[in-house]
Amino acid sequence: MKDEVIRRLGPLLLAVLGLAFVPFVTSDYVLHIAIQILLWGFVYTAWSLMGKFGLVSLGHGAFLGIGAYASPLLWNYTGLTPWLGIPIGILLAVLLALIIGYPCFRLRVVGHYFALVTLALSQVALLTIVAARDITGGSLGMTPKAVGHSWYALQFPEKPYFYAIALVAWAFGLCIWHLVDLGKGRAALEAIAEDEGAAASIGINVMREKLRVTVTSAALTALGGSLLSQYFMYVNPDTLSGIAVSLQIVFAAIAGGMYSVFGPTAGGLFTIALPEILRISLGTNFVGAANTIYGALLVIFIIFMPRGIIGWVESRLAAAPAR
Amino acid sequence: MLSLRRVSAGYGSFRALFDVSLEVAAGEAIGVVGPNGAGKSTLMRVISGMLRSSSGELVFEGRSLTRLPAHRIVEAGIAHVPEHRRLFAKLSVEENLRIGAFLPQARRHYAERSEWVYALFPRLLERRRQLAGTLSGGEQQMVAIGRALMSKPKLLLMDEPSAGLAPLVVEQVFNLVRLIREQGFTVLIVEQNLQQVLAIVDRAYLLEVGRIRLSGSAAELKDNAMIQQAYMGL
Repeated sequence: MKDEVIRRLGPLLLAVLGLAFVPFVTSDYVLHIAIQILLWGFVYTAWSLMGKFGLVSLGHGAFLGIGAYASPLLWNYTGLTPWLGIPIGILLAVLLALIIGYPCFRLRVVGHYFALVTLALSQVALLTIVAARDITGGSLGMTPKAVGHSWYALQFPEKPYFYAIALVAWAFGLCIWHLVDLGKGRAALEAIAEDEGAAASIGINVMREKLRVTVTSAALTALGGSLLSQYFMYVNPDTLSGIAVSLQIVFAAIAGGMYSVFGPTAGGLFTIALPEILRISLGTNFVGAANTIYGALLVIFIIFMPRGIIGWVESRLAAAPAR
Repeated sequence: MLSLRRVSAGYGSFRALFDVSLEVAAGEAIGVVGPNGAGKSTLMRVISGMLRSSSGELVFEGRSLTRLPAHRIVEAGIAHVPEHRRLFAKLSVEENLRIGAFLPQARRHYAERSEWVYALFPRLLERRRQLAGTLSGGEQQMVAIGRALMSKPKLLLMDEPSAGLAPLVVEQVFNLVRLIREQGFTVLIVEQNLQQVLAIVDRAYLLEVGRIRLSGSAAELKDNAMIQQAYMGL
């Protein structure tokens, strides 16, 4: 067990150490992309906690949106520091996860039906934000009151600060991924994914196991959402909530590889850096070309690499003859 | 050990069981027999907590099971070998056994329990690393029984162990059940295959369209003219 922990923490520590040097050698622009990759990678990792056990949620846009809106709203209207606003957002997301999860799991809503219920959830969240436009700014979005460099407000105009926060959050997310993977809940969730009835018949508390992983995933997603809004200093329902965001999360986690610890992060690299590169290289010459190529690549990935980019690399390494 | 008193159950507005009462004493092997659609599997699902009864009472060792969820019933000492085995096909034999010992008290005794199961079914030791889905029907039944035994149950529920198996394998499966009996387990077995099951149980109940029609010792039922006519083609 101890060896296993070292074997797993090793690559993670190396990655964090390596990435810690990035701010010293690159421009703010690269850092801006890297922060997004880390924060979205964190969110995708949170989603994969459920996804890899067959709990395909299309509702993570809702959890992300709650996290993203809670702290700026509380900051702007009550002056409450994000240090409390973020936990409140997480709490609300957990509450929503329970409200959706409990009846779904009680009534055995699984597979496609679960995806549909959660899909509706993300759209309800989007519509709620838009409808409450007097408070949330509607589809125009909103900006937390800027106060310059402040730990109290969790606002940093300098990018390296947020890069460090993103890196810590990301590493934390991967640690949780490992904890779930090593925990006894994993066997239970795998059994549930294969056959819920059989799992219950050997003494697995199906409801508890499913709720636990759902709540964990929702809480981390809300945390990711709040960090994204703190970083951007701007929240918009279309970029941080709703079906499009939910689908982005699902696609990225699948394309990167939801069964591997670095898979969702690779998905982040793919969904953030690639469109960026295409946008720059193609410029405004072919409007829409970048999105088309991006979409086509996604389709190819999903068809030819069902276990994602990292899953594909892993199987290649495993298949290579040892010399 | 286990007693059901006037238990009724169903699915939505459809009633599958009507006032079913039965008793299982410690050490006994009891059969519940009956044709397709008689409610046998429903009865099993009610006992194992997968389905709530709409009325009536279930008592196990002096304790009411009526409102307990499935995992609590396993904790109480009732293990269920589900119909069609329901193995985790993509997991190995060993992993299937490991997950059978999921409850904390069973997990502590995993090593000795698995050794015991392997001693009982040496075949499983040979196939330990094989994926459960790739085993033959008889071997899969061994895994299903082994998995249920991992929680060290006091009562073993077996739902149609012969379902979907070739006649020769059915013979083997009933030998397994005999083996389990000899280990001193209390067994409640549901079967369509009357002749086979009456050869290994002490007493049996005949279930027809959700009601107990007859009950008695295995020998009595075997000699019953109605049963002979309707179910054995004699």
